[in-house]
Amino acid sequence: MNYFPDEVIEHIFDYVVSHRDRNALSLVCKSWYRIERFTRQRVFIGNCYSITPERLIQRFPGLKSLTLKGKPHFADFSLVPYDWGGFLCPWIEALAKSRVGLEELRLKRMVVSDESLELLSRSFTHFKSLVLVSCEGFTTDGLAAIAANCRFLRELDLQENEVEDHKGQWLSCFPDSCTSLVSLNFACLKGEVSLGALERLVARSPNLKSLKLNRSVPLDALQRIMMRAPQLADLGIGSFVHDPDSEAYIRLKNTILKCKSITSLSGFLEVAPHCLAAIYPICPNLTSLNLSYAAGIQGSELIKLIRHCGKLQRLWIMDCIGDKGLGVVAMTCKDLQELRVFPSAPYGNPAAVTEKGLVAISMGCPKLHSLLYFCHQMTNAALITVAKNCPNFIRFRLCILEALKPDPDTLEPLDEGFGAIVQSCRRLRRLSLSGQLTDQVFLYIGMYAEQLEMLSIAFAGESDKGMLYVLNGCKKLRKLEIRDCPFGNMALLTDVGKYETMRSLWMSSCEVTVGACKLLAKKMPRLNVEIFNENEQEDCSLEDGQRVEKMYLYRTLAGKRKDAPEYVWTL
Amino acid sequence: MTEAEREKYSMINFEETELRLGLPLSGGEAESTLKNTCAVFNGKRVFSETSTTTVDLKLNLSSTSNTVSADVAKDNATAANSTAPPPSPARANDPAKPPAKAQVVGWPPVRSFRKNIVSNVQRSNKKEEGEKGASTSGSNNGAAFVKVSMDGAPYLRKVDLKMYKSYQELSDALAKMFSSFTTIDKCGSQGMKDFMNETKLIDLLNGSDYVPTYEDKDGDWMLVGDVPWEMFVESCKRLRIMKGSEAIGLAPRAVEKCKSRS
Repeated sequence: MNYFPDEVIEHIFDYVVSHRDRNALSLVCKSWYRIERFTRQRVFIGNCYSITPERLIQRFPGLKSLTLKGKPHFADFSLVPYDWGGFLCPWIEALAKSRVGLEELRLKRMVVSDESLELLSRSFTHFKSLVLVSCEGFTTDGLAAIAANCRFLRELDLQENEVEDHKGQWLSCFPDSCTSLVSLNFACLKGEVSLGALERLVARSPNLKSLKLNRSVPLDALQRIMMRAPQLADLGIGSFVHDPDSEAYIRLKNTILKCKSITSLSGFLEVAPHCLAAIYPICPNLTSLNLSYAAGIQGSELIKLIRHCGKLQRLWIMDCIGDKGLGVVAMTCKDLQELRVFPSAPYGNPAAVTEKGLVAISMGCPKLHSLLYFCHQMTNAALITVAKNCPNFIRFRLCILEALKPDPDTLEPLDEGFGAIVQSCRRLRRLSLSGQLTDQVFLYIGMYAEQLEMLSIAFAGESDKGMLYVLNGCKKLRKLEIRDCPFGNMALLTDVGKYETMRSLWMSSCEVTVGACKLLAKKMPRLNVEIFNENEQEDCSLEDGQRVEKMYLYRTLAGKRKDAPEYVWTL
Repeated sequence: MTEAEREKYSMINFEETELRLGLPLSGGEAESTLKNTCAVFNGKRVFSETSTTTVDLKLNLSSTSNTVSADVAKDNATAANSTAPPPSPARANDPAKPPAKAQVVGWPPVRSFRKNIVSNVQRSNKKEEGEKGASTSGSNNGAAFVKVSMDGAPYLRKVDLKMYKSYQELSDALAKMFSSFTTIDKCGSQGMKDFMNETKLIDLLNGSDYVPTYEDKDGDWMLVGDVPWEMFVESCKRLRIMKGSEAIGLAPRAVEKCKSRS
């Protein structure tokens, strides 16, 4: 089969980078499988329970970069009980024991302990990059270990983690010899850091390109830091509050003028609106702006700011920008590709966004491909217009804050609107639905959403048919998460083989029963079918007819997991 | 007991402040209640128009389910969009009939991390404003502004206690202020008699009706109505209209006071 020596094939494989392509290579023939596995450096594991660490290490001894995801997505919304799982520890232990020279670790929704961070920091001499997203279980002590022991650390990126602050001086644990930092993000930390240590660290990190500060870093410290790092490209501002007449503020304004390389701005965890004018000079250079945590800024100030941002490609903002503000975005940000509009209060701001804002965006920003939009209402007509204007959507996530809300103009369900989206956007990979929806929308999704990989459904549908349309139609479906829908056993059991082609299925507050889940588990041994039994009663045994409150199933080669808490019943 | 004393000791009329809708917690807490009266909270000035057309507020709040999912109580409330066809889902997750006391976990789908950050900022902004407000009114002998929160209302109000001469007046004012959330039933003297009746008090407090409480100078939360009006104005730092069931801890004191008075 092979006309080339292995070295040549290896060299060719070097150019094949994406996980999926690599996976495809490994399936061609035995020798390609062999060559591929020894040359593979980056591995992505979407569900940490789908495979054991030992098996991973055995197959890919040359592993350098590992990405792991733990809890199901709905854990973000408190639907997964505490201590469900997703522990990093066994992975680090296995990797530490092996000869794998791990350099990069990216984790999402995992439980990370200080001990595992400590072990990580001591076990891999060339460790370079740690990225933790939505993780929990560790404290600043664990960070101190990373800072102290990873001599060649380039990246420490903490995004939206729950970190317990032990008031230690973790930042001071970076030794003076550490000069390799390229990216440091501690915006999610709640506690104070030593400002002196921070400034010194920045001063000795000439390669620092990305720095995201937490709320405790005041404006005058920011100014000093920016002075020392004019090469920064990505800045997350902590506190942006100061007396506009003060020396410090004036100094900051001047410093900002010098930072022409900043293209990405975020943070403003604490902000006084009058200070915003200071950043106007860098706005024209920005390609990415994240103001989604800046709860202190009013719509009018946001609009003033946006007018300066003609080059924006990515905008994360709160709904206080309003429909009018989105109109300004549409006029100003012609290169916009990704937009996220978050609610400023549980049910949104009174002056918040509606379908009008989205339509305006779709008219002004034809390059838009990723959307997350929390709004008060949506109409079919608007969605149809958006679908026509923006056929390039890859991610379309719409959340109408009031569940089950129909089109306010026609009082009809939003089936036609979403139907238009899936019909027009042939490259759609991710879709989140909301509003009043019947089985019809699922018929459309099954028919048209050929590239769909992830679908999130809540309070939608009328019968099992809805779910079946999706399972039958979406050939590339990988993740399906459903809550509060009238889908039951028939839908669950009609095509059990489908679930092995998917990463996972989540169903909560639906109509499936214990008996059906048991049957499914029996038929499909390579699935873990987990039921969460959160009743307090100890003697509560699962009767077949009982409705299941929460079910999470996923394909796995690792068998039933051994670290499940008591309330998780793996059938 | 003299008429004057009765006047002084009259509680804010329970019937008047009787609220019968399971509303989201105030103060920006992370849990959100699924309801179809979002229209009610769309605008600060709008709800008086919409409240009557949206939900019939006579939901039975006696169910104390804290179910994690949207276990909606089936009741006879009219649908939010009363002209719309009834929502199709067969099961009881129909928010046209919002859950009496249950809260819908995880809706809207915003990461808890984000919710907490935003609500903390809003809380601290409010606090800053509140402090500013307090400092100006503290130095001004003419006014005694205190914040009034009602469990479930999306935002707080402020009242100047010195504007009123009795609990009854304050009660009327509060009822007007929060009228959009409530079925106001001005029962007047009947209500007062009811309050003095121990069993009725307990019933009301045991139920899910609302109870006015206040924080005094010492930081303790007290039931409104125990002390003479002037003393109350001097010592009241803020008011909170609590859900009845949460006021249970305060009730025994009030009940004892009832007993001692009558």
